[in-house]
Amino acid sequence: MTSWSLIIYCGLITFLTRFSMIALLKKEMFNDRIREVLSYVPSAIFPAIIFPAIFLDNSGVLDIESNPKVIAAIIATVIGVLSKNILATIFSGLISYWMLIFLFNF
Amino acid sequence: MNNKLKIFSKGIFDVSPLMIPVVPFGIIFGVLAIDMGLTPYLTMAMSIIIFGGASQIIFLQLFSSGASSLVILSSVGAVNSRHLLYGAVLSEHLSGLRLTWKIIVSYFLVDQAFIISNDYLKKSKDENKYFHLLGSGFTCWFIWQITTFLGIILGSIIPAKLGLTFAIPLTFLALLVNDFRKLINVIVIIVSGTVATFGYQTIPFKAYVIVAALSGLFVAFILTKFIGKKND
Repeated sequence: MTSWSLIIYCGLITFLTRFSMIALLKKEMFNDRIREVLSYVPSAIFPAIIFPAIFLDNSGVLDIESNPKVIAAIIATVIGVLSKNILATIFSGLISYWMLIFLFNF
Repeated sequence: MNNKLKIFSKGIFDVSPLMIPVVPFGIIFGVLAIDMGLTPYLTMAMSIIIFGGASQIIFLQLFSSGASSLVILSSVGAVNSRHLLYGAVLSEHLSGLRLTWKIIVSYFLVDQAFIISNDYLKKSKDENKYFHLLGSGFTCWFIWQITTFLGIILGSIIPAKLGLTFAIPLTFLALLVNDFRKLINVIVIIVSGTVATFGYQTIPFKAYVIVAALSGLFVAFILTKFIGKKND
């Protein structure tokens, strides 16, 4: 498969995952119970991207002891919960990460 | 200002804070793609055709390591599976739309737009409320294309040791800060994250994303059943 056709297929898959439920589901198909469980979707999906990116090294091996990303992520979480501010969360995480690797040679 | 334009503008305004972390993300994608030997045209085409950060990064990782087309396609599908759930959440607000609008809205349905506009759609009674999603989605699209282009231009100027890829998990973390205050959400977060971390190597086709998410939702299903009311 050429790079171009591969990209087009990936684009189609991406579009169809976004489109299918919107096109197929009807309003009546949802009761309060289902809606309540679905409200947990962000909490269920984002950690699947966050945790591996923080706890695993480049080769996919668990790294907790000598890992500046873990410390920076903890700082970002604390700042985030206290401030409820998206940007404060991201920048406190990035800045503490840079301090750890550049100033403290973590 | 007419009503549709007003709601569209509100979508742009509401999603704006979330665009700041998207800037480094888009630039990182452009830089990585050029670094891995993709042509500028292919790189730009990916951002326009796929229009999904996580999918594009996964594509790059697998493509550069020589993975087969089937593995790349199924991985992109697995990473995208969360959009099935977004669509399911949003469908009750969008069920009255014409097919053309459903197609347009679907193209723009990315993480940040979903988070921001889902809140609005739940509260608003306006018949044109879907314009909020168009506004937030279009903003994401615009920023993504510009920053991809910047990344292509910047190429090798940005030093890799700055570790800008760390901005990716931080962005998603920032989207969850309000959920850290609720017990059920915290449990769901820990379950999903743990399954993803330990399934990363063992679950084939990068399907760890959907396995982890379904585990989290299953736990949410059980916990809300016993605790009964959502604790917020």
